[in-house]
Amino acid sequence: MTGGSGFTFLEYPIHHDFSPEGKVPVMSSILTAKGICKYFPGVKALQNVDFELQAGEIHCLMGENGAGKSTLIKVLTGVEVSDAGEVCLERKKIAPSSPQQAQQLGISTVYQEVNLCLNLSVAENIFIGREPRKYCGIDWKEINRRSRVLLANMNLDIDVTQPLGRYSVAIQQMVAIARALDISAKVLILDEPTSSLDATEVNKLFEVMQKLKQQGLGIIFVTHFIEQVYAVSDRITILRNGELVGVYDTAALPRVQLIAKMMGKAFDGFEASIKKTAAGSEAEEHAGFLAVRGLGCRGSISPFDLEVNNGEVLGIVGLLGSGRTELARIIFGIDRADSGEVLIKGQKVKLVCPADAIRHGLAYCPENRKTEGIIDTLSVRENIILALQAKRGWGKYIPRKKQEEIANKYVNLLRIKTAGLEQLVGNLSGGNQQKVILARWLITMPSLLILDEPTRGIDVGTKAEIQKLIRALAAEGMAVIFISSELDESIRCCDRMAVLRDRSKIAELSGQEIEEQVIMQTIAGV
Amino acid sequence: MKALSLNNKYVNLYITTLLFCALFALGSVLYTGFFSGQVLLNMFIDNAFLIITAIGMTFVLIIGGIDISIGAVIALICMLSAYLLEVWHLGPLVVIPAMLIVGAVFGLVQGIFIHYFKIQPFIVTLAGMFLARGLCYVISIDTVLITDPFYQFMATYRIPLPFNSFISVSVLIALAAIAAAYYILNYTRFGRTAYAIGGNEQSALLMGLPVARTKVLIYTLNGFCSALAGIVFSFYMLSGYGLHAVGLEMDAIASVVIGGTPLTGGIGFVTGTLFGVLIQGVIQTLIMFQGTLSSWWTKIAIAFLLCVFIVLQRLIVARKESRKSLA
Repeated sequence: MTGGSGFTFLEYPIHHDFSPEGKVPVMSSILTAKGICKYFPGVKALQNVDFELQAGEIHCLMGENGAGKSTLIKVLTGVEVSDAGEVCLERKKIAPSSPQQAQQLGISTVYQEVNLCLNLSVAENIFIGREPRKYCGIDWKEINRRSRVLLANMNLDIDVTQPLGRYSVAIQQMVAIARALDISAKVLILDEPTSSLDATEVNKLFEVMQKLKQQGLGIIFVTHFIEQVYAVSDRITILRNGELVGVYDTAALPRVQLIAKMMGKAFDGFEASIKKTAAGSEAEEHAGFLAVRGLGCRGSISPFDLEVNNGEVLGIVGLLGSGRTELARIIFGIDRADSGEVLIKGQKVKLVCPADAIRHGLAYCPENRKTEGIIDTLSVRENIILALQAKRGWGKYIPRKKQEEIANKYVNLLRIKTAGLEQLVGNLSGGNQQKVILARWLITMPSLLILDEPTRGIDVGTKAEIQKLIRALAAEGMAVIFISSELDESIRCCDRMAVLRDRSKIAELSGQEIEEQVIMQTIAGV
Repeated sequence: MKALSLNNKYVNLYITTLLFCALFALGSVLYTGFFSGQVLLNMFIDNAFLIITAIGMTFVLIIGGIDISIGAVIALICMLSAYLLEVWHLGPLVVIPAMLIVGAVFGLVQGIFIHYFKIQPFIVTLAGMFLARGLCYVISIDTVLITDPFYQFMATYRIPLPFNSFISVSVLIALAAIAAAYYILNYTRFGRTAYAIGGNEQSALLMGLPVARTKVLIYTLNGFCSALAGIVFSFYMLSGYGLHAVGLEMDAIASVVIGGTPLTGGIGFVTGTLFGVLIQGVIQTLIMFQGTLSSWWTKIAIAFLLCVFIVLQRLIVARKESRKSLA
């Protein structure tokens, strides 16, 4: 019998549908999802995914980008309506159609971005929308008193009448949790709550989570930090490409296994993947181009050393959220470093903004080409010419004829499929947009090209073309930093690899070490 | 630390209040006859309509919006009431409620455009401004004088106060509006939702607050306030004319901003707005007492003050940000 939580199921037959690995559940299932499917135009975001959460457990939801984690959360919280499958809360079928409705039913979510109003007081943030009233107005005394009690319950002693914006993100998140709990306390979903917290803040959050767990709450915890998964969770559900990989007890799942399952690589078995080492890159002596010593930025990436040589492709690997993009941004001067130094050709330089970096021969193709890369209301020609014009300074206008000449050359060289130079970039396919950005930076003749996920969302053929291009550029003596979440790709392209975990550089691999299992073991930290 | 932690959001409010007292003291020292209750009360009497419309504007700025149609709406209300009273010979009992409804509906429609069609409030209310101004001239291109006895009475009646001073009925209306706005902003869910929307609209939505309804209602309320101000203004001017209250929306916005409500929303005080209006009043009075300066110096003084206050608000925000990054 599962009557552990004091519920009596008079009308409902008791099933043990979810007993992973034949274990009889000790506690009752509080939230179950069965056969959830969700399709977006052209994408199967979720396919027949089952999920089960017990009362009094912390359950991690893991998966790489596009695995379907956020879609699943959205279905559970009523942001999206699933195309098939059913969700049951305490064995009653529910179909929330909005976050508010889900919250009324007992499912609350706290996001990475704190969804509270920083201008309002702490207490008001907890109670707004359902304020206790007295006579004919809001009873502020009662609001403050009850807020103090709620926060004291989470070992938090702060002045609740102060505006929320005066406190750190960690406290803001606690307040968000307090609000969520006060509305309903059955299921709490924490969607990457630790991304912007530092170590002590994370510990504090974990204490609160443990306390809530003991009170019988079911907590779904989404995070990219492997250490945190092992520090706090009881079970793990892994998704990949919208499908369920499995449900595991955290204690029984080695880290390497977890990473292998997330990345979709069979870990056991020693069939070596065909490794295409770059032509004779090891023996040759390359001149160092960029060296970084102890560069870091609090809350973004811990200090790291890095060297990139002319004519080599340096890969940056790690799981999503491990600090790959942050590393690129700090080198390129987008984020301000608060420690360390950068040397270019042995000379100390200050890169405080992208313009500095461009002047020193750096180029950066950002991860999110839609919002940070292309300007889709400008033509192919204008997009290509942008960086060169910026490098020359706005006073020295590049003549139209010259612009067309350059653009034409690169459209042919990179085989950009476009109806013409004056076609708007927004009308091009993803792969061709990516090539336009590449062209933009290539014409500035950079000495170091930083590519952040250059092949994301691009069809296989174009992917291979871009990879080939990268190798060709390196062969011509350009230094390349290559960031990709696809391991195969990185292995194919890179001469050396820096491995990141939890926002710090943990290792550097080269030569024979650039191999799937070594990389996965390094990421897992065994 | 405690001494420093004087709540940032009140800084502008304190400064405004202090500045008003300082200016009043300055006038009292410089000019004989300045230091009297009646001089102070005259500021209320002359600016009652501005206080009322600035209160509506305070709500709009709290949610991070803007409304530049109010001057034109006030002109339209004056013109329309003059026309209905004088040409159609309707009684004030019909005209006044009708005008309040016209103003509220005007605001409601603007609010609907702003929220549901997601058009910038500046553009919507710019269109509203042209529409209202244009309608004035459709009604009449000349001044229409109001001879209705009730309006005449409201214009001239003085409510006697102790110490030989007096106020007008308009002042009572303005004070009632302040009290009502204070209550709404601090003790009703509607008022608090307005602050939440100004703080972060997306968050407010995710917290389950009725964002759409509140936003539309705020513009409706502002329309209502400008209609009320229009009626008070017609008591004051006793006429309808297409060029009444030109640029009044900017005076109202200036008062609200000087009163400590930033254009970015989320913060705002009706008491601040009152002092914002009174500061303009005290500057006007100072210039009047001085005697030789043109009244346009009021505008220059306001320009200077606005500049100072906007820079101050920016500095406060900047300080907050730098402390955040350290924290």
